[in-house]
Amino acid sequence: MDVHFKIFRFDPERDREPCYRDYVVKTEPHERILDCLNRIKWEQDGTLSYRMSCAHGVCGSDGMRINGVCGLACQKLVKDYHGDEVLLEPLPHFRILKDLVVDMEGFLEQVTAMQPYLLTSSPPPEKERLQGPADRKKVDDVIRCILCGSCTGACPAMDENPQYVGPAALVWAYRYLFDSRDEQYTERLRAADHPNAVWSCKNYFECTRVCPKGIPVTRSINLMKREIKKVFGEEGPSS
Amino acid sequence: MVFKHDVLIVGAGLAGLRAALEVTGNADVGLLSKVYPTRSHSGAAQGGIAAALGNEEPDSWEWHMFDTVKGGDYLTDQNVAEILAQDAARAVYELEHMGVPFNRTEDGRIAQRAFGGHTRDFGAAPVKRACYAADRSGRVMMDTLYFEVVKKGIRTYAEFQMLDLVIRDGQVAGVTVYELATGELHFIQARAVLLATGGFGKVYKTTSNAFASTGDGVYMAYRAGIPLEDLEFVQFHPTGIYGLGVLISEAARGEGGILRNDLGERFMERYAPTIKDLGPRDMISRAIWMEIREGRGIGGKDYVHLDLTHLGEKRLAERLSDISSFVKIYLGQDTAKDLIPIQPTCHYMMGGIPVDVDGRVLDGSHEIVTGLYAAGECSCLSLHGANRLGCNSLLDLVVFGRRAGLKMLEDLGAISWASVPQDPEAPVRERIARLKGRSGGEKAVRLRQALQEIMMAHCSVFRHEETLAQALSEIEALKEAYARVAIDNRGACFNTDLLEALELEHLLGLGEATVASALARKESRGAHSREDFPERDDENWLKHTLIRKQERGYRIFDKPVTITRFQPKPRAY
Repeated sequence: MDVHFKIFRFDPERDREPCYRDYVVKTEPHERILDCLNRIKWEQDGTLSYRMSCAHGVCGSDGMRINGVCGLACQKLVKDYHGDEVLLEPLPHFRILKDLVVDMEGFLEQVTAMQPYLLTSSPPPEKERLQGPADRKKVDDVIRCILCGSCTGACPAMDENPQYVGPAALVWAYRYLFDSRDEQYTERLRAADHPNAVWSCKNYFECTRVCPKGIPVTRSINLMKREIKKVFGEEGPSS
Repeated sequence: MVFKHDVLIVGAGLAGLRAALEVTGNADVGLLSKVYPTRSHSGAAQGGIAAALGNEEPDSWEWHMFDTVKGGDYLTDQNVAEILAQDAARAVYELEHMGVPFNRTEDGRIAQRAFGGHTRDFGAAPVKRACYAADRSGRVMMDTLYFEVVKKGIRTYAEFQMLDLVIRDGQVAGVTVYELATGELHFIQARAVLLATGGFGKVYKTTSNAFASTGDGVYMAYRAGIPLEDLEFVQFHPTGIYGLGVLISEAARGEGGILRNDLGERFMERYAPTIKDLGPRDMISRAIWMEIREGRGIGGKDYVHLDLTHLGEKRLAERLSDISSFVKIYLGQDTAKDLIPIQPTCHYMMGGIPVDVDGRVLDGSHEIVTGLYAAGECSCLSLHGANRLGCNSLLDLVVFGRRAGLKMLEDLGAISWASVPQDPEAPVRERIARLKGRSGGEKAVRLRQALQEIMMAHCSVFRHEETLAQALSEIEALKEAYARVAIDNRGACFNTDLLEALELEHLLGLGEATVASALARKESRGAHSREDFPERDDENWLKHTLIRKQERGYRIFDKPVTITRFQPKPRAY
């Protein structure tokens, strides 16, 4: 079957303004949108740029907006679009570098600012630290994050507050806040309790809807809000 | 621009990250990655990491060592397997201390499950040795180590691709790298270079490997005159999703999954009566193809079924959720109700750049190349011998990544800065200019797909002299055609058209070296199964293959296997 693609194009070396270019790809219903992109680049137009690597939703390279919905090109199949035209655009809220390639640096800085690593002061035991299955289960959903940027790209609150750290950073905040082995609970909770952190989330649930790994992102943010209120009192945003 | 680091690590998968963490604080280290570090292919590892912790049932490192040697069909250098098995528990506890979210036992210790080829009492029955985090063990390990690297402020060059390894007078001078965002070439001078660039599964059509797995480091070492070891041993993982090659972890069988043919038979009972579906990967991949050849593929076609329907939704959700989602997304099926169509998929290269147990690269005379180190899949220790066991790869990465880091630090005192050639980027600049200057030539995609199909047809699970020889001459023709490759994109910014054309040279070179090594070994051992020489032949072939690039063509020679505790025996499971 022939599928029509309309793809966002912008080359900073040549273009003043972005444009959209049309392509037609011969494909099968079960093929991935990424397979179509590859066919376009390899057979029709080598000037097209996008990121990809694992092609099965583990590495997180090919986050983009597909017919208006953020997701991974390797996880969406041609048949999901019922033969309609497929519109491919870079992730919103990210600076565009070329075509579908966006600048990930700011996004990663926001994640890194959440100190996404275990912080402990007590020396580790000789063997493993003990952690019961119930405690381990608290992080079971959030450790699926692959840093693809789909949630942050999709989040309407990013338009309302460009200083918002974004849902992905909060997933990583949650990851270590609720890890029973971590010893910086209060400090982590304080960092989350910020107008540009959990309190920028207005429960649009777009992040949850688009997450390619099925992480309950909004719910995780709400659990942090509840934890903040429980620990610091009911007054809401602290600053 | 010229950059300078005491130690430059090329590749930010688990081996590179672990080495970087060892070096930082004691020497200046730079970490280079062709993709964003968190997109490295270690992240695709699903099942777990092996260590005889004995958390679920009695286990011992000697059993683990034995399983590694037997799994490798006795081609494993046993001194290396001993280091791996002995250091495993320490390595896993270290990962736990860094924060890796392993699944847990009821009493809070690291949970363990069964995995292919891992046994108790030297082969008596399967043992629970794999430590895991659901079916995304590699990804969470890599995220944990990557953010440790960030925390320690290690200088990282993301989306910089190595395009040349510069060795002068037997000593490393540095590497030429291409910056994807700008198209600029840089030379990074270093006293020690660690290649941790991964495998090259992309030489095959059906593979679990990422697009980035093009063997850049392995090929550049080869081009620079370093021999490559045991390339004929290519692991085909038994359970790739039919038609796609996407990996379904061995953990699926570790948790009780069963392979079935068209008659619904549990056919592994016939091939590995003791441990059945938990046999080693080479054996199961062969068994699947035997079933298909004898007409017992599903509906007579070229696939069989993996049955997880009896595991229950709870276990599938808790321990195999990623693979359940792959099956749902790509096949529209439910692992709790449907049988999964699977076919062997190219997964791992046992061979690579020869190194000693501290990651030091060895040249054609088995001498150390000053300043050059390798770790991970790009290296050949030889730990995995003729067939790697599942869960030994993640372990290899952290055990030998760390050792390479330690050795580089130790060696730095005695390594001076090698002189840098005048205009070191020149050879790469010329290669790029040639590609960009040509118009109306061959399309890279045609040659790449032709190579992948040749490798799949003639150098996968079963091999034969006639078809290997044919493959070699076909690849030769593709190499000639490569000189005519032209690209569309002449730009500087994120020109992946250019990079894929450059990577094609690596794939062609490594495809040829793999077929040549397979042609040379006239026996069947581990993953190398010759239909014209179906038996293992210890008398003539208990030795490692080495292939070295010559001015024209290549030279094949060998070196002995290190045998310490376990004398070769017939391999039955």
